Amino acid sequence: MKINNSIQQLRDLSFQVRKDVIRSLAEAGSGHLGGSLGLADIFTVLYFNILNHDPQRPDWKDRDRLILSIGHVAPVLYASLARAGYFPIEELQTLRKLGSRLQGHPGKDHGLPGLELSAGSLGQGLSVAVGTAISGKIDNKTWRVYSIHGDGELQEGSIWEAAMSAAHYKLDNLVSLVDRNNVQIDGNTKDVMNLEPLADKWKSFGWHVLNCDGHDLKDIILAYEQARKIKEKPTVILAKTHMGKGVRSIEDNHTWHGKAPSVKQADKFIKELEQNG
Amino acid sequence: MVKMNKFTNKEDIPTKNGFGEGLLEAGKKNNNILVLGADITGSVGANLFADEFPERFFSLGIAEENCIGVAAGMAMNNKIPVFATYGVFSAMRTTDFIRVSVCYNNLHVVIGGAHAGISVGPDGATHQALEDIAVMRVLPNMTVLSPCDSTQTKLATIAAIEKVNGPVYVRFGRAPVPNFTSQTMGYEVGKAQVLMEGNDVTIIATGHLVWESLQAARQLSNNGIYAKVINVHTIKPLDHEIILNAARQTGAIVTAEEHQKTGGLGSAVAEFIVQNYPVPMEFIGMPDCFGESGEPPELMDKYGMKSRHIVEAAKNVIKKK
Ligand SMILES: [Mg+2]
Repeated sequence: MKINNSIQQLRDLSFQVRKDVIRSLAEAGSGHLGGSLGLADIFTVLYFNILNHDPQRPDWKDRDRLILSIGHVAPVLYASLARAGYFPIEELQTLRKLGSRLQGHPGKDHGLPGLELSAGSLGQGLSVAVGTAISGKIDNKTWRVYSIHGDGELQEGSIWEAAMSAAHYKLDNLVSLVDRNNVQIDGNTKDVMNLEPLADKWKSFGWHVLNCDGHDLKDIILAYEQARKIKEKPTVILAKTHMGKGVRSIEDNHTWHGKAPSVKQADKFIKELEQNG
Repeated sequence: MVKMNKFTNKEDIPTKNGFGEGLLEAGKKNNNILVLGADITGSVGANLFADEFPERFFSLGIAEENCIGVAAGMAMNNKIPVFATYGVFSAMRTTDFIRVSVCYNNLHVVIGGAHAGISVGPDGATHQALEDIAVMRVLPNMTVLSPCDSTQTKLATIAAIEKVNGPVYVRFGRAPVPNFTSQTMGYEVGKAQVLMEGNDVTIIATGHLVWESLQAARQLSNNGIYAKVINVHTIKPLDHEIILNAARQTGAIVTAEEHQKTGGLGSAVAEFIVQNYPVPMEFIGMPDCFGESGEPPELMDKYGMKSRHIVEAAKNVIKKK
């Protein structure tokens, strides 16, 4: 199932996803708001335009695989899955609670439909995506693998082991996206551990590099469509994003990386969202 | 339950040979078996498979963490990935990858721990895996196999691939060690084997110390002490029934393993015994220190893992009854 949504529909959906993220985090009382909001547009595009998937059949063998490596942005994944119809939207309010299928970092053992991978320890998802992509190649499958990474995560050495292997095996069924918001918990990536020249790094590892504005829905779609045409090598999309995007008062403020809003703050943030929308 | 009083060493063989043979045999039966290599494919015995099925062998270079993650991705897609390298790397360099990507996702990834134990010898402490059982067995969902000779390693490898559903670690070594079991003894994951009967003391061993334990039991019988010898080829799940019965029957236990005394087989047995039927215990293994270079028999002797040490421990533990 592929839904061809109009840009306006996608915009409405990403607004909903952001609202869901804010509400579920406020209800949870802890979690990662900044990165989840920053990825809302990308996740909306993936689940409502790019991914070939079927919420009625989460285990459908020919689905595209979304591998979320940065488990801490689970709220945006959960909101997207719920909006896509994998489980009831009300369930988002159980985030991080005892017995919930919505674990603080994704845990498959709790049986959440649509979740591909338990993850949360940084630097592992790209390797898993490589193994998934190799399996697809072995079986001559046309489904594709989409992995999502943080920019801070690229400081993990294992990412580059995986990057090397993806190019070695010419995995053109793999598209990785880097949430390039230039911040991480301790501050700016350039101060914590400089990543630049980032595009050159990926190129030198044998990847095709695309750039996009991670908040321009058309631009995100365009990047994923271009990636589909690249043969014989994996593609990485360096998506320029803003942590906390949509809520002006917290945008680009890294102190909101690992925080949840209070219920009162959540009301205020949603008002800001509405004003921006 | 196997009861045999006579085991003879047919030939000294490295247990890694059994791994290579088991991998090849299983690979012939199932196209979904994939093997990952981290540059030392030949020295861990996986070359037999790689030569026979090059299209199902994936070289990933010296990048063990990536190997584990890639294996997880394959296992998510109905493949049965097997990744073997030296145990110091396959179990310990990669532990967090195994914990999260493999165990937390409960994926059937077969991890081979080659060159395990101090009997790696001259390579020295960096390459002697003496903590791998401890690290692997505390991970939820993980199965830990530690066969006693090459013949049994072949069976264990096939069982790891065909019978286990989740994450599994198979431990084996490089030094030639007595090959004394037969294929007809079979291999059931989680079912320990009584190799010798006796009422005075139980020797519970794993890996090639099972052979040393049989030798120790023979020496003890010359002194009128009769030891029951149990081969625990599966550290996890541990065969509780056989251990409980042995504790009741003999009232004293010696554990023997080529591994740190802390955290391995001895600890696993002790954890069970103290909660269910406390009896005195003695532990044979590395005394919480690093190894060093030397020939395997010299090292086994220096660090107290030869049959004579087991004999000593048996006599001591009987005094504590
Ligand atoms: Mg970041």
